[in-house]
Amino acid sequence: MSSQTIIKMMIGFYICLFFGYLFGPLVVMSITAFNTPSYPAAYPFEGFTLGWFVKLWNHRAMMEGLVNSIIIGIGVICVSVPVGLAASIVMNQIYHRARSLYYLVTVSPVLTPGVIIGISTVIFWRDFSEMTGTRPILYKGIVLAIFGQSSFIAAYCLLIIMARLQRFDRAQEEAALDLGASYPQVFWHILLPFLRPALISASVIAFLSSFENYNTTTFAILADKTLVTVLAGEVRQGTTPALSALAVIIIGISLAGAIAYEVMKRHEERQSAKNAMQAKIAEQADLAHAVVAPA
Amino acid sequence: MSRLLVYLIPFLVIAIFMAMARYERRFAHDPTHRGFFERNGTVLGIVFIALVAFWTLFLVVLPYLYMVQESFHPKLVAADRGGPKDLLTLEQYRSFFIQPSDGSVNGTHIWAFGFSLVVSAAVTSLNFAICYPLAYYMAQAGSVQKVRLLMLGLIVPYWVNEILRAFSLRLMLASKGLINQILMGLGITDGPVDFLGNNVGLYVGLSYAYLLVMVFPLYNAVESLDKNQIEAARDLGAPWWRIHKDVVMPYAKPGIASGCTMVFMLSAGSLAAPQFLGGPKTLWFTSIVYDFFFQAFNWPRGAAYAFLLLAACIALVMLMLRLFKVSLGETIK
Amino acid sequence: MSADVELDRITVRFGQFTAVSEASLKIAGGEFFSFLGPSGCGKTTILRTVSGFLDPSEGAVRIAGKDMTGIGANKRPTALIFQNLALFPLMTVAENITYGLRVRGMNKTDRRRRAEDLLNLIALPRQGDKLVSELSGGQKQRVAIARALAVEPQVLLLDEPLSALDLKLRQHMRNELRAIQQRVGITFIYITHDQGEALTMSDLIAVMNQGIIEQVADGRTVYDAPGTAFVASFVGENNPFPGRIIKADKAGAVVETAFGPLRGRNPQNLKAGAPAILFVRPESLKLGKGEKDTTITSSVLNVAFEGNASHVFLKGAGKKDITLTVGRLESAKLPEQGITAAVSYDADLGLVLPEGKLARE
Ligand SMILES: Nc1ncnc2c1ncn2[C@@H]1O[C@H](COP(=O)(O)OP(=O)(O)OP(=O)(O)O)[C@@H](O)[C@H]1O
Ligand SMILES: [Mg+2]
Repeated sequence: MSSQTIIKMMIGFYICLFFGYLFGPLVVMSITAFNTPSYPAAYPFEGFTLGWFVKLWNHRAMMEGLVNSIIIGIGVICVSVPVGLAASIVMNQIYHRARSLYYLVTVSPVLTPGVIIGISTVIFWRDFSEMTGTRPILYKGIVLAIFGQSSFIAAYCLLIIMARLQRFDRAQEEAALDLGASYPQVFWHILLPFLRPALISASVIAFLSSFENYNTTTFAILADKTLVTVLAGEVRQGTTPALSALAVIIIGISLAGAIAYEVMKRHEERQSAKNAMQAKIAEQADLAHAVVAPA
Repeated sequence: MSRLLVYLIPFLVIAIFMAMARYERRFAHDPTHRGFFERNGTVLGIVFIALVAFWTLFLVVLPYLYMVQESFHPKLVAADRGGPKDLLTLEQYRSFFIQPSDGSVNGTHIWAFGFSLVVSAAVTSLNFAICYPLAYYMAQAGSVQKVRLLMLGLIVPYWVNEILRAFSLRLMLASKGLINQILMGLGITDGPVDFLGNNVGLYVGLSYAYLLVMVFPLYNAVESLDKNQIEAARDLGAPWWRIHKDVVMPYAKPGIASGCTMVFMLSAGSLAAPQFLGGPKTLWFTSIVYDFFFQAFNWPRGAAYAFLLLAACIALVMLMLRLFKVSLGETIK
Repeated sequence: MSADVELDRITVRFGQFTAVSEASLKIAGGEFFSFLGPSGCGKTTILRTVSGFLDPSEGAVRIAGKDMTGIGANKRPTALIFQNLALFPLMTVAENITYGLRVRGMNKTDRRRRAEDLLNLIALPRQGDKLVSELSGGQKQRVAIARALAVEPQVLLLDEPLSALDLKLRQHMRNELRAIQQRVGITFIYITHDQGEALTMSDLIAVMNQGIIEQVADGRTVYDAPGTAFVASFVGENNPFPGRIIKADKAGAVVETAFGPLRGRNPQNLKAGAPAILFVRPESLKLGKGEKDTTITSSVLNVAFEGNASHVFLKGAGKKDITLTVGRLESAKLPEQGITAAVSYDADLGLVLPEGKLARE
């Protein structure tokens, strides 16, 4: 009994330590965002201020970077989600041995260091755009960042969508065909709605991965900037509590997102529990009916 | 010339791929089979193929090949590229071992290379040790609600980007940072400890950056393990560490391999932690590559170094997978 | 409108494995036709060939006289009810039912009206806005039928549609299905491994085993005059006595079995010397001696009282016991366990069939 308690306490202690490690630095950083000294310090707390947020707002490069980051994030969604969808459908339809080669090619970007993806993207598009005379359109930081990031983010999307696609019941497709639907109709009416949750998660993951990417972007962005590359420059030059203020905003948005997600999930669960209840009631009514009137 | 080759190789791969598909279709005759275009409709079929082709060719295969190709070229100004001076050469690779300026052994770069790989391996083991208990607890012992909360707690910090996370660690570890304040306040040390200079910051930063990447594969692998197996082992009187060594870990091997591979690759290729948390004298290999691009403007040499790093990482990962008898397919799930 | 369906020497192979071999038969329009056979015998394969999801390796399917080769599943005048129903979980009941009409381009108001008609037909009025997950098993079953009927197919194919239901509900649905078939008057092709279902509902039954159609006949014939050893042993209970024919005449044949010579009908005119199996159903056996060549003597292994009937198990020649079923009235004089008893039958109720595979118990 007492050894049980000790184990429980040890586990509790370990979990506290783990999350302390995870959150501690972020909490300290958040405190510095509200402290007055110009060097970010959590202690001693000399006075409360929101000035760093104002400073952040007035930081032009950072705001330009933010706009670019959002554009790139949207671009990455537009490229990698359709690509991931197409790739998972192709993956699902090809034969066994051809599939392993295909798998290797499509998933290799996940394991490749981001730096290398960035470099290879820049080198390739420099020559390719020159060769095809499309340099003014293609050889741009934003375009290359989208391409470079999409190369591995599309693989994330592939994996997310694939996981759901594997749970697709082929009988659904056949049922629709049997009722006269054409193959494209099956895709739009049956498969796509089924994949919708996966497509949404893939989009969210794609945007977040793009938004926070540094290794690939720092090469692919060329002379342009994103929020993260501006941040990197700032950190390299020294530190200011304005960065902490940015972190506070990001953490705030994350928490709001997490809470919204949790609320949505709970709502869904309640709904499906309600449906299951209804089904159970109907089941009982059926049985009663079958007993009373066996004709 | 070599550029032409680069454009030819993908076609070769496609041809092999088609041949394989054809061969299998021939020999695994299946009356339920429908051709790709029949199953998706012509228009959708073409769209799918085009998207996949664009991705695999223009975003993955061609850039890789191009980078490799570039590493076999001399450093030239744009005007000379494709001209008579543009010959294939191994000089970039040679320069990794021997300084081109004075012919001496290139100790700094070789050291940085080894240092990066060894530290990455160490960080991988450290993260495994930190994450395994948590993953096990979440998968086997925790209630559903608790697990969901823990999950969120794990994910939320990772929505803050890598740079800011490194920045937050720097606030903790800097000489005027909180940890030094505490150490000095408690009288444990007299002066500030230079955590960043002695690379403690780098190690902590790398470990911190990739905790999540380790927890999730481990959790997924352990989660599907039948609890009864552990119960059975416990009933047989196995001590707790044997249960983990003989039951849980062998079962979770693919997840462990997956987590370790990811952490190792990410850490060997990381840029932020060494740049912002490494000591001023520390040379991380990716930082060298970075400098070739942004300071020396020597792209071919940067490409050669990048390729060396990639090759070494792949070789090491393959070796480990072979040693632990896990297939690559199991790893990426 | 109903259509007749013809299978013309259909063979389906999966790689090396032959799932259906040389199946030929004709199903008349408006008929309730069943395929009956053990699990894995190729029933679903045949159904999927008719509906167009499988291309036969050889042979052709004709529906209403038209060769279906090269015509896709979505262009055939058939509708299939899947083993797991395959309702669309993200659509409401009404959307499910009218999906076939939607892809045919019918407008929304017409669809709505048609959905209401069909919901009335399956006794789920005004439930169109529910989600599939809110329905009971039996209701889902009926929605699947309505969805298939909505496209007005000429042939309805049903793949073990009742197997997922509760036993009581299954009996109820049997009657309902038969009633629906008579109301809409189209051809039903029904698959089952449950002989009760096949016997009660069908006009004609095809009994299958290992990809081969063993017999096509109405239920009574399949039971009373099975054509092969497999059918005799698969449909209903039966006691097999394998041996060799020693005498064949107009009245029947005599088979030399482990229990001595036994007589039975010989509908296939087997000749003396041929290996054969004599079948006697448990309810055809009665206690007590009879003619010399219709009497079996063996030790009583067990007696089981079951209320309306009792079963006596005698030691058989092989692993399988000989079963005898006696009605309520006779159950007073049941033999005791352990004694040696004689049982006999009317020579007319014994059936001599050529040697062949028996159904596994
Ligand atoms: N796509 C396939 N590839 C290989 N073999 C198959 C395939 N589909 C079916 N089979 C095999 O063909 C045989 C017949 O299968 P089928 O599904 O027609 O059986 P069934 O009579 O419907 O059985 P059940 O009552 O279990 O549904 C089985 O042995 C099955 O293993
Ligand atoms: Mg079947």
